[in-house]
Amino acid sequence: MELFGIAINVLDSTIRLSVPLLLASLAGLYSERAGVFDIGLEGKMLAGAFAGAAAGAVTGSAWAGMATAVLISVGFALVHGFASITHRGNQIVSGVAINFIAAGSTIILGQAWFQQGGRTPSLGEAARFGAITLPGADLLRGVPLLGPVYSELVSGHSLLVYIAFLAVPFTWWVLFRTRFGLRLRAVGENPAAVDTAGISVAWLRYRAVICTGVLAGLAGTYLSMAQNAGFVKDMTAGKGFIALAALIFAKWKPVPAMFACLLFGFLDALSIRLQGTPLPLIGRVPVQLMQALPYILTVILLAGFIGKAIPPRAGGVPYVKER
Amino acid sequence: MAEAAIELIGIDKSFGAVRANRDINLDIERGTIRGIVGENGAGKSTLMSILYGFYQADSGDIRVNGMPAVIRAPNDAIALGIGMVHQHFMLVENFTVLENVILGAETEALLKTSIARARSELERLEREYGLEVDPDAIIEELPVGLQQRVEILKALYRGAEILILDEPTGVLTPPEADHLFRILRQLKEQGKTIVLITHKLREIMAITDTVSVMRQGTIVATRETAKTTVEELAELMVGRRVLLRVDKGAANPGAVKLSLRNLTIRDSRGVTMVDDVSFDVRGGEIVGIAGVAGNGQSELIEAIAGIRPAVSGTVMLDGRPIHVTSICDPGELRDRGLAHVPEDRHHVGLVLAFEQSENCILGYHDQKQYLKGPFLDGDAIIADARTKSRLYDIRPSNPRLRTANFSGGNQQKIVLAREMEQDPGVLVVGQPTRGVDVGAIEFIHRRLIDMRDRGKAVLLISVELDEIRSLSDRILVMFGGRVVGERGPDASEGELGLLMAGVEPRDAAA
Repeated sequence: MELFGIAINVLDSTIRLSVPLLLASLAGLYSERAGVFDIGLEGKMLAGAFAGAAAGAVTGSAWAGMATAVLISVGFALVHGFASITHRGNQIVSGVAINFIAAGSTIILGQAWFQQGGRTPSLGEAARFGAITLPGADLLRGVPLLGPVYSELVSGHSLLVYIAFLAVPFTWWVLFRTRFGLRLRAVGENPAAVDTAGISVAWLRYRAVICTGVLAGLAGTYLSMAQNAGFVKDMTAGKGFIALAALIFAKWKPVPAMFACLLFGFLDALSIRLQGTPLPLIGRVPVQLMQALPYILTVILLAGFIGKAIPPRAGGVPYVKER
Repeated sequence: MAEAAIELIGIDKSFGAVRANRDINLDIERGTIRGIVGENGAGKSTLMSILYGFYQADSGDIRVNGMPAVIRAPNDAIALGIGMVHQHFMLVENFTVLENVILGAETEALLKTSIARARSELERLEREYGLEVDPDAIIEELPVGLQQRVEILKALYRGAEILILDEPTGVLTPPEADHLFRILRQLKEQGKTIVLITHKLREIMAITDTVSVMRQGTIVATRETAKTTVEELAELMVGRRVLLRVDKGAANPGAVKLSLRNLTIRDSRGVTMVDDVSFDVRGGEIVGIAGVAGNGQSELIEAIAGIRPAVSGTVMLDGRPIHVTSICDPGELRDRGLAHVPEDRHHVGLVLAFEQSENCILGYHDQKQYLKGPFLDGDAIIADARTKSRLYDIRPSNPRLRTANFSGGNQQKIVLAREMEQDPGVLVVGQPTRGVDVGAIEFIHRRLIDMRDRGKAVLLISVELDEIRSLSDRILVMFGGRVVGERGPDASEGELGLLMAGVEPRDAAA
């Protein structure tokens, strides 16, 4: 029974840890499906995390924080769009620039505004997205098996966790069941076909990039306002890149992206759980190795186990009218 | 005279210093098929792009069905009932036929109703015009002929009354082209107006009612097709008399230079592309391989040129074997006197971003005359390119110009100059005149005959049956990876066509 408890525990943190990956991954999906590669997910997330925590600290309202985070992240996304859609710049360079700007400016502004070494002040309960207890969770807690699964795993997360997982079917529905989704996928494959069909390539791609900004902002909000109680410098710690890896791993599809993020989240949760715990046969494993484990596995998985990931055909290429 | 569907009045369009269209006046009658011919760069595509709203004319007016029209974007053209089938298909390759047809013409935010409507509308169009295609097929799994049909369906679905086709047969096999023409005639009978842009004169003669000839941005003549000839049109296009028939003496075959025995090639999926092929090519003869594209010809010449390994069989060059079954070094083959003009000059024959002079020595760049110590000798390379430009009439004569900026015909001449000026004993040449102007075709054909007359062995592959027939001394026909017949140069088109389609002519006739 103790093992069951550990399993529930690990799975619970898997969910918590995979949420920022999932939101960022879906963010990237909109942009990349439209043919705009976005290596700046990390930067948008970080800027969103900072903006959310800062606004939350000043106003004391979680909602104001979230709105600010989304706004700032969309702003960065539009900068990326302006560079790569309107001015047909190199999408990788633009994305890298956004990452640098976000990393630097969050620390500078944080220090200038709050004088806590780049941190934002700790957020109180009202300024955070706290755990939501789903109806019946307390009643069912005593029921064997089902009880803990429902009350621990399903219930008791913050609003953003539910948003992230609902965003998966929603994204699938948008992509494959709506006019916007059809055009979005088309513009990532063959923008010339979209153009000759009388649809504006630029406007379509801008809308995709805005979707990316919104979701990346939510990912940032989750980091600084739900998972933690404030912003710490570089708190994204490469999650934007892992999310990108998950996206490739999932071949740019929403449901597989969710599973990929859960896998990465699980590896992360496992490494935390196993720190300092002696393993059978192997003995005590150095903490550093355990922490590196998700990344090592990421490299192995991406290198050998996903087969050929075919990106959207027009991805990374600015659209220029022929002739 | 019937009412005009389209009137273009005084259209002018410049790109920088280049005047692509000048003072174009054109009336196209409703319910007719109008051909527009001209060499590459004559301004045909620019004119049609103006009509479809890709560009705006600098000056001039457009009238559609007698009403003045302002066409600023493809949307406007579509609304006016103008549809366009582009030379390079504007299809999303991993979408289904249905998805491609509705893209941009979806009526509602949700796809479900749009798709249902498109499905029944497609069924109606298919019945009406004989345009059968599986609405749920994925585009990239369809042959090009069917992909083109989807393009036509796209235009019709948007209610096009005027259909512009830009070089529609460039990618089609002869039977597919015939089928397309049947469809176009049927569309005409239903009252549609069709504009056919092409540089293939035979097509013009076969299908159009009237034809306009463009040269250097202007319309130089408009003729009733029935009252003109291929010769006249060619002369109008080029501005001088053009020999469409190749004059050549009898062949003088010498020793066997290239010899294939039981060559078998499979592609990466393991499908047999070339199946047990054997033949010889002698010095002083041109052996042409006819066949519908995709019947193994491409794989065959790639194997001979050393860029695709064969599964089994032998190839002998001047009596010594080529290691065709393993990865072999094309450089070594070049040294042994085998030159290769690849089918796809853009991807295999040239580095488009390089200067002309660099492409002129590509693959031969380690020869002494181009080197100064361990470095390339810039002056010698430029001088070499100038010589080649002069000999092969490559225009513009500017060795420092990026190859991408040359026209298709001149790019092809760059490849031919590079390979032929090495004076190889064996020349393997694929699609020598694909996308090349009439004037340049004449020149290239002349050069190939010259090679032959100097005792070289030439192996020619072309999807243009006319080209095969007029150049070859012997014609091999490939079908399904096998050589299914050998004929002399006087074999009739019908006979070769049957062989190409895999139909064995009756024994009595053979």
